[in-house]
Amino acid sequence: MQNQSFGILRGLRRFTEGSVIKIKINDVLLQTVTKVASFVILTFSVYLFLAGHHNPGGGFIGGLVVAAAITLLFLAYDVKTVRAGFPPVDFKVLAVSGVLLAVITGMGAVVFGKPFLSHAFGYFNLPLFGETELATSVIFDVGVALAVLGTALSIIYTISEDMCIWKR
Amino acid sequence: METLMAIIIGILFTIGVYLVLSKSLLRIIFGTSVIAHGTHLLIITMGGLKTGGPPLLDGRAVSYTDPLPQALILTAIVINFATTAFLLVLAYRAYSALGTENMDHLRGINDNE
Amino acid sequence: MIMNNLVAFPLLIPLLAGLIMAIYRKSIPFQRWFSLFSFSLICIISFYLIQQVSIEGIQILELGGWQAPFGIVLVVDMLSALLLMTTGFIGLTCVLFAFGSIGEEREQFYFYPFFQFLITGVNGSFLTGDLFNLFVCFEVMLISSYVLISLGGNKIQLRESIKYVVINTISSTLFLVGIAYLYAVAGTLNMAHLSVRVAESGQPGILTTVAVLLLIVFSLKSALFLFFWLPGAYSAPPTAIAAIFGALLTKVGIYAIFRTSTLIFYHQLEITHTLLGVMAALTMLFGGIGAVAHWDIRNILAYNVIIGVGFIVSGVAIFTPASLIGATYYFIHDMVMKALLFLLGGTVIRIVGSNKLKEMGGLIRNHTLLGWMFFIAALSLAGVPPLSGFIGKILIIQEGLASGAARAGFYWLAAIGLLSSLMVLYSLMKIFINGFWGETLLAQDMEKGDTKGLLLPCVLLTAAGIIWGVGAEIFYPFVEQAGESMVNPNLYIEAVLREVV
Repeated sequence: MQNQSFGILRGLRRFTEGSVIKIKINDVLLQTVTKVASFVILTFSVYLFLAGHHNPGGGFIGGLVVAAAITLLFLAYDVKTVRAGFPPVDFKVLAVSGVLLAVITGMGAVVFGKPFLSHAFGYFNLPLFGETELATSVIFDVGVALAVLGTALSIIYTISEDMCIWKR
Repeated sequence: METLMAIIIGILFTIGVYLVLSKSLLRIIFGTSVIAHGTHLLIITMGGLKTGGPPLLDGRAVSYTDPLPQALILTAIVINFATTAFLLVLAYRAYSALGTENMDHLRGINDNE
Repeated sequence: MIMNNLVAFPLLIPLLAGLIMAIYRKSIPFQRWFSLFSFSLICIISFYLIQQVSIEGIQILELGGWQAPFGIVLVVDMLSALLLMTTGFIGLTCVLFAFGSIGEEREQFYFYPFFQFLITGVNGSFLTGDLFNLFVCFEVMLISSYVLISLGGNKIQLRESIKYVVINTISSTLFLVGIAYLYAVAGTLNMAHLSVRVAESGQPGILTTVAVLLLIVFSLKSALFLFFWLPGAYSAPPTAIAAIFGALLTKVGIYAIFRTSTLIFYHQLEITHTLLGVMAALTMLFGGIGAVAHWDIRNILAYNVIIGVGFIVSGVAIFTPASLIGATYYFIHDMVMKALLFLLGGTVIRIVGSNKLKEMGGLIRNHTLLGWMFFIAALSLAGVPPLSGFIGKILIIQEGLASGAARAGFYWLAAIGLLSSLMVLYSLMKIFINGFWGETLLAQDMEKGDTKGLLLPCVLLTAAGIIWGVGAEIFYPFVEQAGESMVNPNLYIEAVLREVV
């Protein structure tokens, strides 16, 4: 009786293990769609990230959407193949360096004698873009995005590995 | 609208408390999560329900919604997400180490390792 | 003085240190030295902050330059500054103790980073001037404590950490419920602004209800009356972690009770503070009974934490200037002494290899220093002059007896306070007599573990405890200033909301 709920969990794992094998055999549809869709999702995440400065969006959502795209890749191909295509970064280190970047950006204000977390912005004439607003809060947002991306991916990655590593 | 929200929050809390009081660890975790959702709805209701205005203060908008409760629940949701994820992993690990997830059986295990 | 960036540093140093350590997690020597460096830096900065607050008054920092009731504000008054200093010092000693006792496996699996994040949360809670931010800092602290309590994962740890995590998750949810109601009624979450709004409305019934709800939340966190989870949770993890829990985690809850009941909800004393008094009295009684009844070192120490919580809060319940000063004084004494007691108890358990009192004896023959330090800690917690527990106890009990004339219940509170001191003395002497006196059961070469490197942090803490007691004359003005800002909320309000008031 008491094993009921975890019994379901075990069943679920057996199911996913089975489907991994199936995916490897014939999942042309998912893989083909993923090839296109992941780029659309990644582009959308860049849009969301940049929109966040004045409109709904931002680092948190942007990072989460990137994580969703990569998770889709994990599902369509297997984790090993996808990881081989990326630079070998530990996701935990990615998350940590994201937070570090955000905090250090906040501390930049301290160096200039402003209160912690103050932000600055200015308008610059850049070639190609014309007059553009550049703000330090974007760097903070990059940190947030990296932190979210790293955390979400390390959760997915840990679960996708055999969960029995927790067992002694 | 507020009445409807009050009823929904009440239902969520009832379900949550019922689940938390059960003996299965997994149900307790679901219970805490459901109570947390009820709380998030409570915060947004308490901030004043309003439709048609963005949660921004830029001085130009004619109508706007109070942005603070939204910021609060965003934070609260993230924190709740982290805690629930941690609890689930802890529960899984406790299940594989202790061999049970029934709170009554957990009480009996008393070996110093 | 508009803003002071130094205020944010006790929060930023451990955060940055923890992040950097998490990147270099394989290098244990680096993490050790960096931990020491970080805690020393916290101590130095909080010492400087104490100086600054005593000369210039309350220091604030408005994050990002957003003005006080609208943005997030960090506030350092004397109470927070003293607590920050104590936290830094206790962190330093516990991390020193961890070097020799925690084990390489835990050190590699993010022990030091999470220790730093825990201190980030604790310091953040002491610093913040905003109720929601208090919730966030509580969560930072709690999530780190969840990891620390289950790190290593033997069976008992897993079982106790489940209870601990579930109870704290639910109490955090209740905290949010309280915040939601408070926001609906008062329309603000900044503590100074809340104080103004509550004072304007004269604290009607709904606000008192919210106050009681928040009191329940904080008493769950600080083990005031609702302490059923504490003995199990605090006896499960390794000594260094249990010491930091015993010294800091419950104290953050007490700090929240201090702030809410002196700054915000102080208009309906007969409801809120009477409830505080009743809870404090019951906590001392039940904690005392638990400490007297148990024969297991870790359980006795855990119940002593509970008694300490009850005694500090009884000072808030009496609510006179002198009793608040006494409570502040006893607060800091209790932090140092509880850390010391847990470290000493852990050392004894390590030597004997068991936590059952009946299986040990005569340790003082081979471990003289350890024995005498335990003796000093026991006397100090019982409140024997001139050690540090005395001044706090005498102030609180004196005030209890003095205000007993107006409200007879305080006679009871003072009496139970005295009784609890006896119970503390009895329970600790039980450890001393059974553990250190008597026939030496273990020859030196039969001991299960050595005390190498473990005595230095204990000596540091004992020295701090003695200095805090003997040097009371030097420290009294600072503690008095801390009490003053609690008695007179306008000081706090004027510092935070400069032009609004």
